[in-house]
Amino acid sequence: MSNTTGQDTGQKPAYELLGLTAGEYRGICERMGREPNYVELAVFSLMWSEHCGYKHSRPLLGRLPTEGERILQGPGENAGIVDIGGGLAVAMKIESHNHPSAIEPFQGAATGIGGIVRDIFAMGARPVANLDPLHFGSLDKPRQRFLLDGVVEGIAAYGNCMGIPTVAGEIHFEDAYEDNCLINVMCVGLVRQEDIIRARATGPGNLVVLIGSSTGRDGIGGASILASAEFDETAEEKRPTVQVGNPFMEKKLLEACLEMRDKGLLVALQDLGAGGLSSSSSEMASKGGTGIDIDIARVPLREPDMEPFEIMISESQERMLAVVEPSREAEVMAVCEKWDLDATVVGKVTDTGRLRVFDGDEPIADMPVKALVDEAPTYVVEPRRPEHERDQPLPEDHYPQPEDLGRVLLDLLASPNVCSKRWVYEQYDHMVQTDNALWPGGDAAVLRIKGRRDGIALTSDGNGRRTFLDPRRGGRAVVAEAARNLSCVGAEPLAITNCLNFGNPEKGPIYYQFQQAVEGMAEACEALGTPVTGGNVSFYNESFGQAVYPNPVVGMLGLVEDTGRLGTHRFQNAGDLILLAGDARPAADGSEYQLTVHGEVAGRIPDVDLEGERRLQALVRRAVREGLAASAHDISDGGLACCIAESAIEGGLGAAVDLEALAGGARDGLRPDLLLFGEVSGLVVLSAAPAAARRLQEEAGDVPLAVIGEVGGDRLTFTGAGGPAIDVPLAAAADAWQNALERRMAP
Amino acid sequence: MKAKVYITPKAGILDPQGLTIERSLPALGFEGVSNVRVGKYIELELPDGEGAGESLERMCRKLLANPIIEDFEYELIEE
Amino acid sequence: MAASPHTAAPPARFGVVIFPGSNCDADTHDAIETFAGAEGRYLWHKETRLDDLDCVILPGGFSYGDYLRSGAIARFSPLMEAVRRFAAEGGLVMGICNGFQVLLEAGLLPGAMQQNEKLKFICRLVSLKVENDQTPFTRRYRQGQVIQAPIAHHEGNYFIDEEGLAELEANGQVVLRYCDPEGEVTQEANPNGSLANIAGICNREGNVFGMMPHPERVCDALVGGTDGRGVFDSIIDSVRERSGR
Repeated sequence: MSNTTGQDTGQKPAYELLGLTAGEYRGICERMGREPNYVELAVFSLMWSEHCGYKHSRPLLGRLPTEGERILQGPGENAGIVDIGGGLAVAMKIESHNHPSAIEPFQGAATGIGGIVRDIFAMGARPVANLDPLHFGSLDKPRQRFLLDGVVEGIAAYGNCMGIPTVAGEIHFEDAYEDNCLINVMCVGLVRQEDIIRARATGPGNLVVLIGSSTGRDGIGGASILASAEFDETAEEKRPTVQVGNPFMEKKLLEACLEMRDKGLLVALQDLGAGGLSSSSSEMASKGGTGIDIDIARVPLREPDMEPFEIMISESQERMLAVVEPSREAEVMAVCEKWDLDATVVGKVTDTGRLRVFDGDEPIADMPVKALVDEAPTYVVEPRRPEHERDQPLPEDHYPQPEDLGRVLLDLLASPNVCSKRWVYEQYDHMVQTDNALWPGGDAAVLRIKGRRDGIALTSDGNGRRTFLDPRRGGRAVVAEAARNLSCVGAEPLAITNCLNFGNPEKGPIYYQFQQAVEGMAEACEALGTPVTGGNVSFYNESFGQAVYPNPVVGMLGLVEDTGRLGTHRFQNAGDLILLAGDARPAADGSEYQLTVHGEVAGRIPDVDLEGERRLQALVRRAVREGLAASAHDISDGGLACCIAESAIEGGLGAAVDLEALAGGARDGLRPDLLLFGEVSGLVVLSAAPAAARRLQEEAGDVPLAVIGEVGGDRLTFTGAGGPAIDVPLAAAADAWQNALERRMAP
Repeated sequence: MKAKVYITPKAGILDPQGLTIERSLPALGFEGVSNVRVGKYIELELPDGEGAGESLERMCRKLLANPIIEDFEYELIEE
Repeated sequence: MAASPHTAAPPARFGVVIFPGSNCDADTHDAIETFAGAEGRYLWHKETRLDDLDCVILPGGFSYGDYLRSGAIARFSPLMEAVRRFAAEGGLVMGICNGFQVLLEAGLLPGAMQQNEKLKFICRLVSLKVENDQTPFTRRYRQGQVIQAPIAHHEGNYFIDEEGLAELEANGQVVLRYCDPEGEVTQEANPNGSLANIAGICNREGNVFGMMPHPERVCDALVGGTDGRGVFDSIIDSVRERSGR
């Protein structure tokens, strides 16, 4: 076979430059029955990269529950699919675009959106929502402001142009992400069940059609280099490999693909993401149990002098690969022409079980599909508990209690992790498609389904700080928090998609964190009945040897029975009673209070009582659905005081809270600062009219439900035995919370 | 033949992009910079011949620039 | 005046334009379908026959990607030539958001759009003051009425030269202005830097109207309000009156 060298590789063997080990190279030779040529080696290096091959995660991911009666498609396809009844289904997927965004925030984030949106319409679904969980370093640093600004603009530019509302997300700022931001993107689509398309290349003789942008050198090596190696000083030099997004092209691609779906023209559909043509064609062949022949001479190029291997691994954006029957070719071309899209037959499905690449008539690569897709080696690393982990939480008197708790409240409300993210979500078109029954800012987004009474609820959550202190508890907590957020709007949690952001898994402590976090998530998913529909693993989130906080990010889907009866976090009426539901004891460990006021992240986070969590959430959902609760809001960053302050600010009504009523049950004897600002899973603040509050208490069963205060007035007061611990004007709290981010980002 | 087209905001039109740059320069230690105006630069190739300049002029008026808010200049480069 | 809902008048016929990058076409079409007195169909940007229509709506979106300037390329589509003729013959034409930008670029409305003053895309509910309740698009509102509708744009900073502005004001062509919830037209209530807080204008004849806010997004209480219904009701009334239906 010709073209074996492709490139001068100097002294190091080619496989090493492509990121493969000597052992992996031997494995490739064995499976090939000979030495691979450079094209084949390039394709293998991508397919066997951590990013495509899940070498360190595959053995552990099996622990996650992936089955349930609503799960129509679990992990392994472009996206997971969940049955929501009435013949409809939801496609959902989350992905990371961390490294590209750290290099070039605007394009990195934009192409992240492009990729995840393609995953959704590859399933035949129309994208209806984007969610974007983001993690940056401290905003005190100009570079971090630049990153936030660029990432948000990139998401806005792409998502807004596509006409897909960005309905929710979350943003955290911690030093741990300073050199390695986490940019996760999630997309959700709706599809009639009979319209679901899969990426199975079936029917030898069927045509393989490349649709969309021409192929250039962008992103070459992206999958193997960018996503699978740590960052260092050379990151800047890697800039040329960052892809540039064209949302207008993708909008046309979306509409054309859905039109072809409606006309029944597609046997299979797959997006070209990481690994480009190599991974899309081999994965389609693998799923179809077939082979694929590709003729690279037919691939429309943006640059004339591209090498064969470059064409095979290019990550040019806005391209889809379709399998169509020869008799429908003309119809496919007609749809593409209508949308002014290039479409080219670049190959055909075969029964060989091999991915064969030709340059015109000349064969240039021939590889077994199974070896490429299913036989990437897996690695198990000896897990080692990180040294910072503690068996015991900090003693509750570890920190002195601040004198001015009102000041603490205002500082926490103005912390970028707690404050309103309006500055961000107003840059996203969050209303297009006119389905948003709840606008951003609450616990979860709710979208109506036109023509139906029910709707879908969406949230994304991640808390690296807690997972850092205890990965198993952190894994449990993040799933529980997502479910709690959905319950607060009245939704029944159905399923999750996850993006697991970790450091270098070849290191024992990182492997340990990954293993423990997956274990914790699995336990919570089982207890709360939310299987995993797929997702993404992002390893090597390290810079200069320092890993980010281990951060499993969860995107969760829920169903609301009636979009006319939704929970809101806003207080509604003066005179309503404020209730605290749940029986957990907040702690400083891992809290925003600990970081902002005491300047450290230390201790051990409290465990999550999953059984109690399940009961609590059922009560909250009932309270919302039956209209008994006027508001419901999950206690998270900033603790109970910030939770109540947010409900008050957004509702335009003050609140008076009795700290003594708060300090019962599990919270017996807890110091006021921890009562107010400590954090723990399993607490929700409700408000209700007095009669409704009484009914709620009767119905609460074994879920503790304490009346702790009253809505009304224009101040926020928290009063203990010795008088008011906090007494601040609502307007001051509102100013701190609403405008903090805008002030930080002002030029 | 090659052409370079420069499009700038008309004199007197507020240019928020320029202003933002102007305001952020002092923070980076560049004092005294004023009158920052941000425009667009377009490169294109067009058929050689007599009418090239005229054709480009019309292109600018019709599509490349919006004469209500933008001025344009161009260079034609004979090869 | 408004026709009684009990008369079985034929519905007002709306055409909703689809440029390849339109993304509010379905929202606008769906909103129209909620009016008993209206029916809508889509108009592909290569179509040129509009003679079955009473009103053409250019919806929001990014017509042709809008990389050069919003609406700059859309104005040259085959459909826009037909829209020009349709308008010249007195047909009702409304541009929403990107549709407004296209109407400006096409010269069907005077002025131009610049980037928002703060250079950011803004998506938010804003208050609008109805300055002219005599147009076919606003007759269901009262002069001075304050309505709420969302904006969602990056280039909504309206500009026109002094003469042009004086002419707009003199002819009552300024139809909507950004205001505070009490109806005061203030600088703080101006979300994008628009000259004279202009949010919507019409042509001199009154049959071509553009507005940056999205009325189609506030046609259902479940998803944000109903203040936008008046725009569609106004058009339906106007069509009925014109055709004597």
